[in-house]
Amino acid sequence: MAEQIKRKEHIIELIDLMRRFEDGVVAVDNVNLNVRKGEFITFLGPSGCGKTTTLRMIAGFDKPTSGKILLNGEDISKLPPNKRPINTVFQRYALFPHLNVYDNIAFGLKLKKLKVTYENEKGERKEKIEKLKKWEVAEKVAKALKMVDLEGFEKRSVLTLSGGQQQRVAIARAIVNEPEILLLDEPLGALDLKMRKDMQLELKEMHRKLGITFIYVTHDQEEALTMSDTIVVMKDGVIQQIGTPTDIYNEPNNSFVANFIGESNIFSGTMVGDKKVRFINSTFDCVDDFAKNEKVDVVVRPEDVELLPEGEGKVNGTIISSIFKGVHYEMVMKVGKSEIIIQDTVEKKVGEKVSLNIMPDSIHIMAKEFTSNKYEGYITKHNTVCFGDGEFECDVTTLYPGSIVDEEGYLVTAEGERLDLTDVDVNVEVGLKDIEISDDAEAGGAIGNIVSIIYKGDHYQLIVRTDENEEDFVLDTEYTWNENDRVSVIIPKDKIKLTLKEEVKR
Amino acid sequence: MIKKFFTRGYIFLVLAFIYIPIFILVIYSFNSGKTIGAWEMFSFKWYGKLGEIGDVVLNTVLLAVISAVIATILGTLGAIGIYYSKGKLGKAVNGISQVPVVNSEVVTACALVMLFMIAGLAHRTLFGLYVGHIVITAPFVMLSVMPKLKQMDSSLYEAALDLGATPTQALFKVVLPEILPGIFTGFMLAITLSLDDYIVTATLAPLGYDTISTAVYKAIALTTDKASEQVPIYRALTTIIFILTVAVVVFINVRANRIAKKRAEAGL
Repeated sequence: MAEQIKRKEHIIELIDLMRRFEDGVVAVDNVNLNVRKGEFITFLGPSGCGKTTTLRMIAGFDKPTSGKILLNGEDISKLPPNKRPINTVFQRYALFPHLNVYDNIAFGLKLKKLKVTYENEKGERKEKIEKLKKWEVAEKVAKALKMVDLEGFEKRSVLTLSGGQQQRVAIARAIVNEPEILLLDEPLGALDLKMRKDMQLELKEMHRKLGITFIYVTHDQEEALTMSDTIVVMKDGVIQQIGTPTDIYNEPNNSFVANFIGESNIFSGTMVGDKKVRFINSTFDCVDDFAKNEKVDVVVRPEDVELLPEGEGKVNGTIISSIFKGVHYEMVMKVGKSEIIIQDTVEKKVGEKVSLNIMPDSIHIMAKEFTSNKYEGYITKHNTVCFGDGEFECDVTTLYPGSIVDEEGYLVTAEGERLDLTDVDVNVEVGLKDIEISDDAEAGGAIGNIVSIIYKGDHYQLIVRTDENEEDFVLDTEYTWNENDRVSVIIPKDKIKLTLKEEVKR
Repeated sequence: MIKKFFTRGYIFLVLAFIYIPIFILVIYSFNSGKTIGAWEMFSFKWYGKLGEIGDVVLNTVLLAVISAVIATILGTLGAIGIYYSKGKLGKAVNGISQVPVVNSEVVTACALVMLFMIAGLAHRTLFGLYVGHIVITAPFVMLSVMPKLKQMDSSLYEAALDLGATPTQALFKVVLPEILPGIFTGFMLAITLSLDDYIVTATLAPLGYDTISTAVYKAIALTTDKASEQVPIYRALTTIIFILTVAVVVFINVRANRIAKKRAEAGL
């Protein structure tokens, strides 16, 4: 019963929706979504994320490769677009150039066929199919024109209208058919900023007046935040997060959403205690509860960073850039190796030493999918690699396919070029299972203490933290160790994956 | 200054080469004598005799209009079909359909003769003549419709479906009005090509059935009295055709200018 009621509230249900194009590209991948009746829902994402394809499938212009689209509980995925009670406002309006404003708007009405029941002379009830009468069409068109503030434009050619007016005609042409759902495909993309802002508010107002479901597609996060009841963030055909604008902004699910919705600082951090997180070399109080020593992504919005005179905040640093943005200054502060974007109405000059503070509820923590250790390192003159406070043997020939090392220690590439790799910056990746530890301090390339031991069912996950820069090695092992054991870290030569940060200068 | 003089002079020369022969023809169509170069006196004599070649003119016009109408329908449908067909097949068909445009007419004419023979149809029939004219003109209709389809906002068709039109309704109410200028151009092109055509007509027309082009050729080539008697009448006919053509071109240009002006006033 409860299930049924729930069903009734959902005007559109997308079930395992998938669309693979002829060239093999999967535009929409296993999308599941419910749209409530009367909701203003926005698909948000960068171009190529599958948002428009999803919309086109709801409209009927594209057929799903697999999965279902339910409208009021009935599968419509095989229905052609002209049989769906759904109308679309197209990206470039798609007004019919050979028709005037009136005929454009009346296009759908003139095609509409209604079932009318009537009584004939014998008093029998009969059904017949009738078209709308001329005055009915005229009345509806006039109402729609009033809705979009274009009264008196009936006889104008659509070619003589401005972008904003064409936009309004396109909206009127869609809503005049009284659809259950209005689809809008980036409808404000071609308008200038001021007009866009006005139209956003007008669309919102129109949604309130009409009470029908709006499904909106945009790549503009501000537009999405301003207008929507619900935002669906998409990337590579997959839904990243569904939520209210506030939820999406304040509690992003992952670093992609955080980055896409508004500006944000995203740092790699570690939980160091109960509601305490360590990032940019400092420990902050936070409100999210994660297990101790868990690796996390930390999101801090630029407007939530508090700038203070040097020494008064938690972390000291230097302003390295400052740009006036109208309402605020956008400044970049350098703390150690990290850069933090800060928005503030008070300007700090470039080079000024400042200090920052972040309130606990401004720090948003997201779980990090931790699959391998990643470090930044460099190659030494002995062709070993330095990272994580240690030096390890490695195979530098993996940096260039087909290369060899000659007697003098130069790398000779497949093309025969001789390269000196000394001090070349590299990215280092080491799998969790590829790290061994030993009691013998001399056995490995780095030394540290075990700071965490988590039992994962069939193995332990340990974290070894070095003394100097507090670099962490996360590893899986079957052997039992104790916390605070001092160990050395051993990584086999062939398990160190190296990639160049940038091409070596010849 | 001198450079300008030479540029102008060059253009004048080119135009002179194009128009002088026509003007000579026009002038001598009013000559009471038969030969060009020997002016006798001004008269409408040959215009009065136009009725003698009335059947030829009628043949030509009927052939041009009917074959152009059919070619326009076929060519337009073909263009729409190719435009909306996807993948390799569509591309291949598009390529093949353009071959007749560059193909020599002699080849088309001979091919049709052989086709009719293989199909067991009689050679030199009116039906064959019409088919021949449609075959040579239809690709040109496609050629002029295709760009209009490509220029058309592809979401127009989808918008029509979205507003409740069936695919057929969308085609007639939205796609056809959009490509109408292309269809019209194609139709005019088909008429012109058919009017001009000599080779296909000469190869496929029933014996004794003449269009203007074959009749003019016969009048000049054959030296029988009757044929040479008719040569000056064709001068009169040519003059009329020339004046009509000029009138149509002027009318179209004036109209286009007026529309452009109107649009400019409307702020576009």
